[in-house]
Amino acid sequence: MTDFASFGRRILFRLPDGPKLVRWFCGSWTALVLAFLYLPIVLLVLFSFNQSKSGFVWEGFTTKWYVDLFHNRVLLQAFGNSLLIGLISTIFATMLGTLGAWLLYRYRFRAHRLMEACIFVPMIMPEILMGVSLLVLFVMFSLPLSYFTVVIAHVTFTFPFVLIGMQARLQGMDPSLEEAALDLGATPQQAFFKVILPYLVPAIASGALLAFSLSLDDYIVTVFVTGAESQTLPLKVYGMVRVGLNPQLNALSALGIILTMILVFASERLKQPTPGETP
Amino acid sequence: MAGANWLNRGGRDLGSHRAGWKAWLLLGPLLLWLGLFVLLPTLLLVLTSFSQRDELGRVVYSFTLENYTRCFDPIWLSIFWNSILYAVIATVICVLVGYPAAYAIGRASPANRRILLTLVMIPFWTSFLIRTYAWISILSQEGLVNSLLLSSHILPAPLSMMYTPFAIVLGLVYNYLPFMILPIYTSVEKLDNSLIEAAYDLGAGPLRAFSSVIIPLTKPGIAAGALLVFVPAIAMYAITTLMGGGSNPTIGEVIQNQFTRARNQPFGAALGVLLMLLFLVCFLILGRKTNSDDRST
Repeated sequence: MTDFASFGRRILFRLPDGPKLVRWFCGSWTALVLAFLYLPIVLLVLFSFNQSKSGFVWEGFTTKWYVDLFHNRVLLQAFGNSLLIGLISTIFATMLGTLGAWLLYRYRFRAHRLMEACIFVPMIMPEILMGVSLLVLFVMFSLPLSYFTVVIAHVTFTFPFVLIGMQARLQGMDPSLEEAALDLGATPQQAFFKVILPYLVPAIASGALLAFSLSLDDYIVTVFVTGAESQTLPLKVYGMVRVGLNPQLNALSALGIILTMILVFASERLKQPTPGETP
Repeated sequence: MAGANWLNRGGRDLGSHRAGWKAWLLLGPLLLWLGLFVLLPTLLLVLTSFSQRDELGRVVYSFTLENYTRCFDPIWLSIFWNSILYAVIATVICVLVGYPAAYAIGRASPANRRILLTLVMIPFWTSFLIRTYAWISILSQEGLVNSLLLSSHILPAPLSMMYTPFAIVLGLVYNYLPFMILPIYTSVEKLDNSLIEAAYDLGAGPLRAFSSVIIPLTKPGIAAGALLVFVPAIAMYAITTLMGGGSNPTIGEVIQNQFTRARNQPFGAALGVLLMLLFLVCFLILGRKTNSDDRST
């Protein structure tokens, strides 16, 4: 009887035991999930090289949609706006975030916890509420909606991300680094600029990268606070998506996806641990 | 997550030096920024929600509760309900689809883990407009599915898949799935191997091991993921407009409309304040789950 059972198990259906079954199921499930995540993107990139103007019948390879894209004045100008707004807001957000994280790490303030909680508000607040409340503010103070208001909005929702990343890095710092500098006669300012800041450089770089990509990507807040001439690329793209399928949009998306991949790999490289860090 | 770190850290790290006037001066810009562009706008939104408007759509600051009484009209209540429903369905699907994947990534060998995580990160960082457009190009009348079905003569007329609740939920799930996978992955990675082995050694099957050991231990990750999916999904309007075509509007779409086309800022503000309250309740419930469980482990 037992022989028969073991024979059956061996020959008929060798079901894997617990963990192996789990691993098999989760592994193939993950493959399906990744297929679900990537299939639409891959199709988008593939069909950006299709000659057919409409529909999904393959009519041959072409790069004309990319050429058209680089002659599309409206999109190029919007992209210029996005870059300009992204750069300026990144600079401000990185300065605010870095300095804020350092001060909150180094000093004990009155209402410390409350301030830290307030910094989280722009991160967790639904974007639409941030957009409309900033709009109400700008209208009340009769600030014309322009580059200026867009930059204010972008700095507001990006700097907390920079600050949080910086705090994580400061948590991993060996406190004796600064103590040693002070013991050796450095002033607190010198210690900050010669010891702390160089230690924070990877976090500053990845924070700036994060702020820049958040700014470049934003549609929901920007739509409320932008004027006619400061429209960013996502706003133009949204308008195009609403109208319908457009091969230029495929080409633009393909470029966006490639840019994202480069940014993700770059930030992964920045995350590699450096000497002097305590895990 | 970096966010959870500071919540849990003890008083020891709170800064070793008392802040003098110089430190306060340096912190000034940050405090000013928070006050001017976070606190003040939020207060103004609340103020606007109690105000009226003139014929030109300008806000007149005279007290009224009318905007709030209007919010409880069945039309707007059903829209609130719709938004919550879409968000709940999307969150549940994200947990069901995302959990096994997050588990597999968390239990993979370190080298594979890095590759798989990067693969999840790329859609996470790709613009939601691009990702939504990808699905539109698959589902629309002239899209991939319809052109395949029509050209192979399986169907005589195109299927209409866009502008349906199905399309809205699909759009939400596709956009927020990585937000669910990443926090669950973080708590799976922290799992103590010996606890799982003990469960199997003591005779638990895979289902039992999951239901009584693995899932309870990874609950903080699930709660964090639910927070990251559910809360933004209620307020999301761009994806739902693109995928739903305005046929089944969500609360976000209505607010956006009131602030732009309808030019009724006070009413939009009232809806916004209610949304903020709804969101605060969700945050308190789910946020407490992520914290209390973190502490007990």
